[in-house]
Amino acid sequence: MSNEFWAELSSVKKRFGKTMALDGLDLQVRPGELFSVLGPNGAGKSTAISLLLGLLKPDAGAARLFGLPPFHVEPRRQVGVMMQEVTLAPELRVREHIALVASYYPRPFTPAEAMELTNISSLASRPYGKLSAGQKRQVQFTMAVCGRPKLLFLDEPSVGLDVRARETMWATLRQLVRNGSSIVLTTHYLEEAESLSNRVAVLNKGRLIASGTVNEIRALVVRKHITCSTALGADQIAAWPEVESVTRDQQRLQISTSNSEAVVRRLLAADSNLQELEVRRAGLAEAFTELTQEAA
Amino acid sequence: MMNATSIENPKPFDNFDGSSLARAMPTGRLLRAYLMEARFESLRMFRVLGFSIPFLVLPAALYLLFGVVLFGDAVRNDPAAGKFLFTAFVVFGVMGPGMFGFGATIATEREQGLLTLKRALQAPAGSYLLAKLLMTMLFAFIVMTTMIPAALLLGHLPLTFAQCANVTAINILGSLPFCAIGLFIGTRASGKAAIAFVNLIYVPMMHVSGLFYPLPKFLRAVSPVWPTYHLQQLVLAALGMSSYGKTTIHVVVLAGVTVLLTVLSIRRLARVG
Repeated sequence: MSNEFWAELSSVKKRFGKTMALDGLDLQVRPGELFSVLGPNGAGKSTAISLLLGLLKPDAGAARLFGLPPFHVEPRRQVGVMMQEVTLAPELRVREHIALVASYYPRPFTPAEAMELTNISSLASRPYGKLSAGQKRQVQFTMAVCGRPKLLFLDEPSVGLDVRARETMWATLRQLVRNGSSIVLTTHYLEEAESLSNRVAVLNKGRLIASGTVNEIRALVVRKHITCSTALGADQIAAWPEVESVTRDQQRLQISTSNSEAVVRRLLAADSNLQELEVRRAGLAEAFTELTQEAA
Repeated sequence: MMNATSIENPKPFDNFDGSSLARAMPTGRLLRAYLMEARFESLRMFRVLGFSIPFLVLPAALYLLFGVVLFGDAVRNDPAAGKFLFTAFVVFGVMGPGMFGFGATIATEREQGLLTLKRALQAPAGSYLLAKLLMTMLFAFIVMTTMIPAALLLGHLPLTFAQCANVTAINILGSLPFCAIGLFIGTRASGKAAIAFVNLIYVPMMHVSGLFYPLPKFLRAVSPVWPTYHLQQLVLAALGMSSYGKTTIHVVVLAGVTVLLTVLSIRRLARVG
């Protein structure tokens, strides 16, 4: 165990009845990074977060928060949390909810500052129960950041948010990271992880199947996509041994291949008038699908 | 468009210090956190009109209905009957907030993930339960502030200042066992079932503990199993009325119920959440 990590799981095992939720999982969250934990439903993401927050104890292995066991008070006072499923008192006003959570921290933002930060000042006097689902998530996000936490755990934070609210949340997250906080994000929106993360961990069936930067994860999938405008027929190209699949989208062909260099050479040789050539690596979403299917 | 300026240069972050790891909680702030929890718990329960109106208004309203409007003449001829009616409704006044305020709300909030969030956020130890306890005591106090003027001004009961103060103190502390019963149910039942379970105890406790009227002999023997019986005996004694049993026994039973059910509930909360 090392103090260079702000949160760490080491060879953690956790079983619920007959289900092995985590099976020897190692995870590290470093200072000042946005770390996304991805995985299909039941992969063990929430269990991993619960262990880091001290809500569960591991059956084997160890969890550490700022170098201490997570059930200690001091490390948890430096943590902000946004959970996926929580219902807050509908009778309390937004400002009151934030003031209450801020009171748990030694050096919090004032409610007004926290609401300014997350752009929800206009909701301050509204009863929580009268808010839309997206506005409720914004309030929960504000509650998560109001204590100036060093480490923020966000479970599916942007579910139900409109585009503008999501952009504001992303901007706030980037700002927090720039100011030295770390963020642990679990999300089903791979676009969100791709846009925000410094590092990504992909979990499946309680095991870590890949971790690294977004580019490193994308590079794990060797397949690339070539698009071009050509007079060549889709059937003709599909017959080439290097090509995995070909689809036609209006005038352009989309070719999937694991050997893009060879295919590009053949395309240029076969059609000297070929235009709009583009080669692109698999996105995080595709890498995620492939990695989790391989591990299944 | 989002306000890019406020995000890129957010004022609140000017003094953000990401480097300091040690963040002790000063005692003053810790105390403030407990007070904030109690303040907002009380505030929100006052705002739930379906909770606050019946529990705050009903005891005095029913006392006035039975003790003044319907049977006022009989009570004037028999001051002991008037005082008995008064003790019945002050005890009735502390039952509801404790049992329903703890039982139903804890069960619901457990289901809704609020307790888990509070644990994750490191809310000060016990602040959640303490807040509910203080809310109940505040309700008990308000019930007394309606019952005493009603009894003095409209019920014409000859109560001294010391008697009023004693009954208020007994009743505020007397809400503890009802909180403990609610807590016990709230930590074991689901949100919907908790209300049914609370009613299952609340209704018989009201009617077969001898709270409002003398019981037939076969029921009188079992009335001491109900906390309401013991609390009413303490209130009767405080008003100088004849009561059954010794004060010490009543206090021990009420304290015992409180401690036993609280310990069992807290163990359950720690284990299951």
